[in-house]
Amino acid sequence: MITVDGLCVDRGGVRVLDGVSLSVAEGEFVALVGPNGAGKSTLLGAVGGHLPPASGSVTVDGDPVGSLSARSLARRIATVPQETNFGFEFSVRDIVEMGRHPYRSRFGGDGDPEGAELLDRALARTETAQFADRSVASLSGGEKQRVLLARALTQAAPALLLDEPTASLDINHQVRTLDLVAGLDETVVAAIHDLDLAARYCDRVVLLAEGEVYAVGTPREVFTADRLATVFGVEVTVGENPATGTVTVTPNGGSTRGG
Amino acid sequence: MQYRGETTSAVVGLLALLLVVVVVSAGIGPVEIGPMTVTKVFANALAVPVGVDLTRATLTAPWRVVEWYAPFSYDVQSLYSTIVLQIRLPRIAAGASVGFALAAAGTVMQGLFRNPMADPSIIGVSSGASVGAVAAIVVPAALPFGLGIRGAAFIGALVASVVVYGIATEGGRTPVATLLLAGVAVQTFLGSVTSYLILRSGDSIEEVTYWLMGHLDASRIEEALITGSIGLVLVAVLYLYAEDLNALLLGETDARSVGVEVEWTKRVLLAASSLITGAAVAISGVIGFVGLIVPHALRLVVGPDHRILLPTSALAGASFLVVADTIARAGAAELPVGIVTAAVGAPFFLYLLRKREVSEL
Repeated sequence: MITVDGLCVDRGGVRVLDGVSLSVAEGEFVALVGPNGAGKSTLLGAVGGHLPPASGSVTVDGDPVGSLSARSLARRIATVPQETNFGFEFSVRDIVEMGRHPYRSRFGGDGDPEGAELLDRALARTETAQFADRSVASLSGGEKQRVLLARALTQAAPALLLDEPTASLDINHQVRTLDLVAGLDETVVAAIHDLDLAARYCDRVVLLAEGEVYAVGTPREVFTADRLATVFGVEVTVGENPATGTVTVTPNGGSTRGG
Repeated sequence: MQYRGETTSAVVGLLALLLVVVVVSAGIGPVEIGPMTVTKVFANALAVPVGVDLTRATLTAPWRVVEWYAPFSYDVQSLYSTIVLQIRLPRIAAGASVGFALAAAGTVMQGLFRNPMADPSIIGVSSGASVGAVAAIVVPAALPFGLGIRGAAFIGALVASVVVYGIATEGGRTPVATLLLAGVAVQTFLGSVTSYLILRSGDSIEEVTYWLMGHLDASRIEEALITGSIGLVLVAVLYLYAEDLNALLLGETDARSVGVEVEWTKRVLLAASSLITGAAVAISGVIGFVGLIVPHALRLVVGPDHRILLPTSALAGASFLVVADTIARAGAAELPVGIVTAAVGAPFFLYLLRKREVSEL
């Protein structure tokens, strides 16, 4: 459904992504992992149509994302940004309702009969319904992140891009959020820092390093002690979570890099 | 769809307020006229076209064959009719039109720039209008096509905003931060041109100062109606983009991801706001603070949703400027209305600043 081919992206004159190729199948949950500056957010930005490729291509269902109008792209891909500036006093419901924007006609009319139902469902699934009428400015970082997820769900796009969806969440909401995301029928591409969570929830992980794809595969295939030590520059122990049976990665503490 | 009911009732309420403000204002002046009398004068002036015979309508001048029917004919002293309709109404209509336009443009600019300091003049519209108007006063011979002061101000406003937009646009994208800085730079440059023209103004300095301070007393009713019509049409256009503007408040990347065509939307919003502001400034000169404080005040009352904020701000702006102008002309010595709006506006802005309302935006 999403195909990235030989993608190079420059930011501020620096090549941040260099020849990335990746194919995401329908319904798959793919995690982008890698050290800071590896290009995870840039890759999400390019797939979401926000960053134009210097070369290479990004296509959704065969159409280059750059060729689609903002409206039709928003009907195919919904984005949960890492953070958003909620300066103005919109209510949570107002923000989540913005997910219906790509389905609304500029000239009004109630041309969006499913909208209200999707909105209520998204509020319930993300457990944001209880503060739906509060101002977003009053919410904590984690609550805001769930509101943005609710908006993306309301957008009802077949693909979802998430940039660090669990970064500001407590462990309870980390698990609940990823349970929800992993249970979706939608195709999901998420940048995730926490390797244990990535290993537990994702079908495949893409390990990025210095703007290139270093390894792709199931978490068990990709997360080897040698590989992670090379990419992250720290010795790690790869083990298994006795409760979930999934791969765990624990840093040992000694950096393999000088200085 | 809750906002629709709220918007309708708020708009009806503000229209009623505007009507009351207009009636009261038309009664205030050297000759005091009671609100009942003013109402009767307005009622008498109502005329509806009747018996429009389409078969007699010709292409050249269909309106000539329209007959007008005045449904009311109260007994009112003709002196009062003249004062209300000929002397006070044109000025009131100008105030309402200009206030409507500036408050609407200010609302859009604050949203677009996500900046509480934004006002309609932010992209150089007012400084462009000033150069045009002052040039028309000081060196009328230099202007082509016999442009009057109003025409020169309007053209100056549009040229300035197009130049600012052009400078800030690269490869089809116009970052608002660049737009803001380009606006400041062009304003500064145009300010120096205006200063130079003032130095060269000689005998016309009084007229120049009068124009620059902002005024509503020189407008003919037709001019006020032109500005008012431009304002109504363009606010209707802006209203179609109210949801896009809401999404833009969360940032351009975010807006794009929910399907807003960001660059096109910015172009529409900037063009419509510049035209509205130009049409207002052309008849009133530079009236500060209306476009800054009215949207702020309304945002406190109705919230940030532009589907309700835009129409209510515009209507409140109309009432606000009529009130300010009534104060300006009611005193012993008549003041330019720009002085009144700034004198009221600056303390109000400081109040907002202290309330931290500004830093939260």
